[in-house]
Amino acid sequence: MAKKLMKGSEAIGEAAVHAGCRLFFGYPITPQNEIPEYMSVRLPQVDGTFVQAESEVAASNMLYGAAGSGERVMTSSSSPGISLMAEGISYLAGAELPVVIVNIMRAGPGLGGILPSQGDYFQATKGMAHGDFRLLVLAPWSVQEAADLVQDAFDLADFYRNPVMVLGDGLIGQMMEPVEFADGRVPCKELPPKDWAATGCDGSRPTNIINSLFLDPEKLERHNQRLAAKYDAMVRDEVRVATLGTDTDYEVLVIAYGTVARVCSTAIEELAQRGRAVAMVRPITLFPFPYDAVREAAAKAHAVLVVELSTGQMVEDVRLAVGPGVPIHFHGRQGGMLATPEEVVEQVERILESSEVRDG
Amino acid sequence: MAETVFARTEALADVQTHYCPGCTHGVIHRLVAEVIDELGVRQRTVGIAPVGCAVLAYNYFNVDFHEASHGRAPAVATGVKRARPDLVVFTYQGDGDLASIGMAEIVHCANRGEKVTVVFVNNAIYGMTGGQMAPTTMPGQVATTCQLGRDVAQVGHPIRVAELLSTLRTPAFVARASVHTPLAAVNAKEMLRRAFRHQVENRCFSLVEILSTCPTNWGLPPAEASAWLAKTMLPYYPLGVLKTPDGEDRAPRPAAP
Repeated sequence: MAKKLMKGSEAIGEAAVHAGCRLFFGYPITPQNEIPEYMSVRLPQVDGTFVQAESEVAASNMLYGAAGSGERVMTSSSSPGISLMAEGISYLAGAELPVVIVNIMRAGPGLGGILPSQGDYFQATKGMAHGDFRLLVLAPWSVQEAADLVQDAFDLADFYRNPVMVLGDGLIGQMMEPVEFADGRVPCKELPPKDWAATGCDGSRPTNIINSLFLDPEKLERHNQRLAAKYDAMVRDEVRVATLGTDTDYEVLVIAYGTVARVCSTAIEELAQRGRAVAMVRPITLFPFPYDAVREAAAKAHAVLVVELSTGQMVEDVRLAVGPGVPIHFHGRQGGMLATPEEVVEQVERILESSEVRDG
Repeated sequence: MAETVFARTEALADVQTHYCPGCTHGVIHRLVAEVIDELGVRQRTVGIAPVGCAVLAYNYFNVDFHEASHGRAPAVATGVKRARPDLVVFTYQGDGDLASIGMAEIVHCANRGEKVTVVFVNNAIYGMTGGQMAPTTMPGQVATTCQLGRDVAQVGHPIRVAELLSTLRTPAFVARASVHTPLAAVNAKEMLRRAFRHQVENRCFSLVEILSTCPTNWGLPPAEASAWLAKTMLPYYPLGVLKTPDGEDRAPRPAAP
C-alpha cells in the first residue's frame, strides 16, 4: 500500500482498524480527541461500533464486556482519563482480557495542562491501579511507529490475554508524517483461539466466566503466580529497543523514549558536527524495560544522560540497569514545556566538560 | 415411578447458594432462570454479576457470565451487547451497586437504549458489607451507618429508581415488582418475561426493579421481613409497569400556554 500523509491520531485509529478492531469506547479529553472522532466516522464504514461513554470509568468497563466477548477493542484517553480507567484496567488484567489502551499523556498532576508530558511513566509501568499486575507498554517515536505498534499491540494483547498500553504524548498525536500500512499483514504473535470468551454456552463446554474474584486465598495465589509467569514471559520475549551510534565509540550515552528521543537524535547530530561522539538507547517497550541493552551501552560510556518530560521517572529504571560506576545525569522538562535539541546539546557539553576536568 | 412435578430449571446451576435463610435473592434467581428457559434463549444468554450479595451469581446460573466491578454492570453489558448483538444480555444488580456507585452507568445505559435487561434487586440495605444504609433505605429505617434511623434531613429521601428512569425520553420497558408473597412472585415473573421479551425482540432497554427482603440485616425473621416490606416499602415503591416503549413516558411537559 502506498504511503499516505496522516496525523498521528488518525494513524493510530486506522492502525486499529487494520488490526481488526471493530469496537471503540471512549470519553472526550484533550489532547487525544482526534482519535475517538476518527473512530466515530471510520468504524461504521467497516460495520464496527463506536460508543461515546458517559465517563472513562464506564468506557473501561465497556472494554471489559467487549473483550470478554472475544472481540478486538480499543480505547484512548489522556492522563486524567487514564486515572479514571485505572479501576477498570485492574479488572481487565485480573480477568485476563486483551484490550489496547492508548494514553496520549498530558502534563499533571491533577487537571494539570493539555500540553505534552511523560509524567505517567510510573503509572503505566509500575502502579496503574490496585493489585499485583503489569501492562505491556509500547512507546512510539514516530507516526509510522505508532501505527505499527498499535497493530502489534492487538496481537500482544491477544497472545498474553493482557491489556497493552500504547504510551504517547500530544506531539505524536498531532504531528503529520507519511504512513504505510502493509497489505496482508502477518500477526507478530501466533494467536491462540479465544475459547475462554463468554459468548453463550450450548452445553458443549462448561460455562465461561469472565472474572477476577478469587475468595479462596490458595486459588488467588495460584492466579497471581500464573499472571507473574506471563509477565516473566514478556520480560524474556518482548523487550524492544532502538539504538543510535552504539556500535562505535562514544563518550556520552543518551537515554530517552517517545518524541523526546527525536529531540535527542537531533541534538546528537549537532554534537557529531562538533566532534562529540554521543550514542542513544531508546526503549520502545517501557514494560518490559530494556535493562540489558541499557546496561551494555552504558558500560561503554563515560556518562549517561536521561532526558524526560517529567521530574525523573524512567531514570529510576536506568539507575537499576546501570548500577554504580557510570554517572547518570538527568534533564527533565515539565508542565508541557518541551526539551529542545539546544538544551540537550548544552547538557551533554556540560557533562563532557565536567568529566574532562575529572579525568584530566 | 414417581411423576416429576417440580424440577430445577435448566438455566439454574445445580449448586447451593450462599444466600441467608429467608433472603429472596434465590426466588429472583429462579424466576430469571425460568424466564430464560421459557424463552428458549439459554444458549445465547450472557449475564453480568454485580458487586454485592449477588457477586457470586455467576456460579448460580447455567449461562456464560461476566463479573463486573461495583456499579459498572450496565457498562459491561453495553460492551457485550455492542460486541455481540445476537446475545441476550442481562445484569443482576443490588441497590448499592445500581443506585449508588453505579447511578451514572444505569442512567446512561438506559438513555442510550442499550438492548439489555436489568434485574434490579431493591432490599433497602447493603447486604454483603453488613447492613449499611443504601440509597433506597426507608426513612427512619435503622442501618449500621444510620443507627438512629435514616434521617432524610441529612441524607435525603430514598431514590425511586424505576420512576427516575421512566422520565427518560428513550423508549424502554420499566417496571417494579416484588417477591414477598407467592402471588407477587408470579407477577414479578411476568414482568421479567416482558422485560426479556422486549430485548429478544430487539425492541428496547428493559429494567425490572424487584423489592426483596433482607431478614439478616433488617434484624427480622423471614415472615416478619415480608410483612415489613408490604407495610413499609410497598406504599413508597408502588408496583406496576412505569414505562413501555410504545406507551406514555413520564417526562415532564411544559405547562399549556
